[in-house]
Amino acid sequence: MRMNLAVWGNKLHSGEKTYPVVAQRKRWFAASALLMALCLGLLLFKGLTPGIDFTGGTAYRVSAPAEVNIGIAEDVFSTLAPESTPTVVVAGETDISVRLGELPEERVIEGRTALAEAYGVTEENVSFSQIGPTWGAEIGAKAIQALVIFLLLVAAVLSVYFRAWRMAAAALAALAHDLIFTIGIYALVGFEVTPAAVIGFLTILGYSLYDTVVVFDKVKENTENLTTQFRYTYAELANLAINQTLVRSINTSVVALLPVTAILFIGSMLLGAGTLTDIALALFLGMLVGTYSSVFVATPLEVAFRGNETRIKEHTAKVLALRESGESDVVLTDDGQVRVGALAPGGHRGTRAQPKRKGRK
Amino acid sequence: MSKVTQGARRALVWLIVIVTGLYATLAGGVLWGDATVTPGLALDLAGGRQLIMEAVTEGGEVVTPEDLEQAVAIIRQRVDASGVAEAEISTQGSTIIVVGLPGNPSEDTINLVRQSAQLQFRPVIAASQNPGPFGDVPLEPGIDVTPTPDAATSPDATPTPQASPTATERSYVRGAVDPEPTSAPDAEPTLDPGFSPLEQLQPEPGVTDPSSPLWFTDEIYDEFAALDCTDPANRAGAPMGDPQLALVACSQTGSEKYVLGPVELTGGEIDTATSTAELRPQTGTPTGAFVVDIKFTSEGARIFDQIAGRLYELTGDRNRFAMVLDGSVISAPSVNNRQYGGQAQISGGNPGFSQESAELLANQLQFGALPLTLEVQANELVSASLGEDSLKNGLLAGALGLLLVFLYSLIQYRALGFVTIASLLIAGATTFSLISLLSWGMGYRLSLAGVAGLIVAIGITTDSFIVYFERIRDELREGRSLVSAIDHAWRRARRTILASDLISLLAAATLYLLAVGGVKGFAFTLGLVTFVDVLVVFLFTHPTMVLLAKTKFFGNGHKLSGLDPTQLGREAMYKGRGRVKTGPTSTLTLAERKAAAAKGEQ
Repeated sequence: MRMNLAVWGNKLHSGEKTYPVVAQRKRWFAASALLMALCLGLLLFKGLTPGIDFTGGTAYRVSAPAEVNIGIAEDVFSTLAPESTPTVVVAGETDISVRLGELPEERVIEGRTALAEAYGVTEENVSFSQIGPTWGAEIGAKAIQALVIFLLLVAAVLSVYFRAWRMAAAALAALAHDLIFTIGIYALVGFEVTPAAVIGFLTILGYSLYDTVVVFDKVKENTENLTTQFRYTYAELANLAINQTLVRSINTSVVALLPVTAILFIGSMLLGAGTLTDIALALFLGMLVGTYSSVFVATPLEVAFRGNETRIKEHTAKVLALRESGESDVVLTDDGQVRVGALAPGGHRGTRAQPKRKGRK
Repeated sequence: MSKVTQGARRALVWLIVIVTGLYATLAGGVLWGDATVTPGLALDLAGGRQLIMEAVTEGGEVVTPEDLEQAVAIIRQRVDASGVAEAEISTQGSTIIVVGLPGNPSEDTINLVRQSAQLQFRPVIAASQNPGPFGDVPLEPGIDVTPTPDAATSPDATPTPQASPTATERSYVRGAVDPEPTSAPDAEPTLDPGFSPLEQLQPEPGVTDPSSPLWFTDEIYDEFAALDCTDPANRAGAPMGDPQLALVACSQTGSEKYVLGPVELTGGEIDTATSTAELRPQTGTPTGAFVVDIKFTSEGARIFDQIAGRLYELTGDRNRFAMVLDGSVISAPSVNNRQYGGQAQISGGNPGFSQESAELLANQLQFGALPLTLEVQANELVSASLGEDSLKNGLLAGALGLLLVFLYSLIQYRALGFVTIASLLIAGATTFSLISLLSWGMGYRLSLAGVAGLIVAIGITTDSFIVYFERIRDELREGRSLVSAIDHAWRRARRTILASDLISLLAAATLYLLAVGGVKGFAFTLGLVTFVDVLVVFLFTHPTMVLLAKTKFFGNGHKLSGLDPTQLGREAMYKGRGRVKTGPTSTLTLAERKAAAAKGEQ
C-alpha cells in the first residue's frame, strides 16, 4: 500500500498524473454551493439541538449504580418534578445519565438524594449540573465574539503572509465552508450542541486554516516566477500545487484524525456523551471536510479570485496565445493535455532543448 | 565538521539544556517547594463543586474590576474561614466569579459562598481587645469587661492572650478640614464604667438612641463573652444581624471584638471612598502615612453629621462607630468632630495607615457602596469517581491516539517514522513538564477539555513533521542529494510550519482571552503544545535530520530509510560534470546513456 501511495505521490509530483481540480472547479463549486444551501436550510428550518448549557436545565449522572435501569430514574422524577419529562440514558458502560428542565435549587439537591437512594449508591456518586439560561447565552455570545475577532486577525495575518488579500479571502471562504458544513451535519443528525462541541467548532477553524496554508504555500512557491515564464498558466501551476500536496494533505489529515478517532472511540465506548466525545465529534467532521475544502474549494476559489487580476489575466492570455501559435515548448500527455511539471533530469531532450533558429525547419 | 552539522549539534545541546532545565526546576519544586510531579487537576477531573456566579448590582450600575476583586476577596475569606482547603476562586470577564470547591462540600458552605456582602455603619457600644471568649465570669456593674488573660476559663476555646494593640493603632475619623488629632487617644480601652449590663436595662422598642448603653443587655453580654474572634469562622461571612437590633462582631483581623448598636447608615450612602497620601494641614507636605477619604451622598452626609454630633459628646469606645462589612468590623474609628459635611477622612492614628492598608479599606468601603448580588449561573458537582473515570479514559484515548500515529508514521515513513516518534515523545515530555510547572507556579489546573486539547495536539504536532518530511521527499524527487534536499526543504517547510503554528497560536490566544468556561482550558493546552511544537521542530527534528543525513543508512537512501530516491521516482540523478546516477551503483555519462538508449532502440 505504501509503495502504491509513494508511486502515486511521485507521479503527482512530477505532473505525470494530474487531477484537473482547478479546471473542473465549477463542478466542485456547484457541489459545495449545493451542500452549503442544504446546510443553511437545515439550520434555518430544523435548527440545532442546544444542550442544557445553552438552554438552562439540570443534568444528573449516577456512577456505577447497583442496577442499570433507566426506569428507576424516571420514577424518581415523575414524583419529584412531574412538570418536566426527564431524558434518561445509559452513558458509557454502566452510568445513568438524566437530563431535565430547570429545577429550583432545593429540588436539584433533593433529586440528587432521591437518585442516590433509588440506585443504592452514596450521594458522592451522583454528579449533577444545573445551568441557568443566561449563562448559556453568555457562553454562546462569547464564542461568537471570539470567532469574529479570530477571523479578523487571521484575515490580517494571511494577507500579510501571502501578500495577496485574495488568497486570504479564499482561505476564509474555505473556513466558512467547513464551519457551515459541520454545523449543518449537527442540525441534520440532531447532535446536541454543548460548550464542548463549540470548542470543537472553534478548533476546526485553526485546523482548516493549517491545511489551507500548506496548500497555498505550495501554490505561492509554484507561481513565484510566474511572469518570467510563458509555458504554464497560473491556473495550471496552482493545480500542480494541489496535486503535489495531495499526498501531504492525505497524510496530515490521517494523522490529525487518528487521535480524534481514538477519543471518539474510547469516549463513546467507555464514557458516554461528555466533553471529550463532544469535542472529538465536531473535530472529526470538521477535519474531514477541512481536508476536502483545502483541495477542492480553497485553491480553485483562489484561482477564480486571482484570475481577475490584470497581471495574471494578461499572462494567461499570452501563454494561451503562444500555445495556439505552436511556439510554446510544452509537453503534451497522451490524451492531449498539457503536462504541467518540472522536467526531470535524465529525460534529457538533447538538441531539442536548444533554441529554435528562425527560418529553419 | 561542517557549519551545518555544528549548528545541528548546538541545537540539540540547547534542547537538552532546556528540557533538563525544565525537569530540574520541577524536581527542585518537588523537593524544596510544594510542587507535585503531576499537574493539578481541575474539578471535572478531580471531582468537586463548581459555582459560576454573575455579580450584579441592584441599580444596574456597571460592576468595576475593583468591586469584583473585593467580592472575590470576601468569598475567599469566607471559604477559608469555613475550613475548605484548596478552593479555587477566579474571575472571568468583568462580572463572572467562578468558585471551585474540591470534594463534596456541604450546602452550608455553598450558601456561604453565594450570600451577598453588605456594609453597615453601627455605633460602638463596647469593645474589648481580648478577642477570645471570656467564659462565665459574672459581671458586676462597673467592672472592666476586658479580663486579664488568666481570667478566661472556657475549656474548649483557648483564649490567646494577644499582645494588646497599643492605643495608637486606633484610627480616627475627622473632617477634611480638621486639624490633626492632637490629644493622645485614651490609653487602655475599657468599658465605659458609666453603664453596665443589668437585667432591668432591657432595650424597649422605644429606645431611640443607637448609642444607648441600654442595648447592652445580659443576652448580648453572654453573646459578647462567648464570642471567639480567634476563630476565623466568626469573622468572614458572620451573620449581619437584624439592622434594628444590637450586634456583637469581631474586627476583621480578629484582634478586637465589639458590641454594636443598630444600623444607622448603610454602604449605599457612601458616594466614593479613596485612599490618598496624608498631608500635614499646615504645610501641605505628605506625612508618609495614608488616609481614606469618604464622600457621602447628600442623604448620607446629613445622617453622618447626626451620628458624629452624638458620638462627639460620648467618651471611650462609645465615641467610635464601626463599619461592618460581611459580618466583621473593617474599621472602627473615633469621631473627633461634630460636623463633617459629607466629607470624612479616616486616618490610621499613629503611625497611620500604610498605602496597602489604606487602599484595602478604601476598596472595601467602595465595595460596600455598591453591594453586589451574586446570581448563580451554573451549579455543578462532579463526583470523584466520575472525574477519575474521565481522566482514565482521557489518558487511554490519548495513548491509543499516540499509538495509531506511531504506527501510521512507521508505515508511511519507515525509519523516518522513528524521528516522528522521538519528536513526539520529546514534545510530550516537554509539555508535561511545562504543565506541571505552570500548575505549580500559576495554579493552572488541567481540565478534561485541556486533556482533549493535548490529544488533538498530537495530530497537529505530527502534521508539522509530515510537512517537513514530504518537503524533503519533494526535493529528492527534484533530484537533489539528501543533504541539499534537507537544506532546501527546511527553508521552505520552516515558513509553512511557522505560518501554520502562528495561526494555531492565534486561534488559541483568541479563544483563551475571549471565551469562557471549558474553552479556556482547551485553548491553553492547544496554545502550549503549538509553542512546544515549534521548539521541537527547530531544536530536535531538523537537527536530527541534518545529522541523520550523514549516516550511511539515510544518506545512501536505504530502502527502509523512507528517503530512497528510487522509490521516490528518481531513477536517474544528475551527478554533475555530465554524469547521471541511475541506480545505487552505476554512474554513466550522458554519452554512455545515449549510446545505451540507442542500443535499446535497435
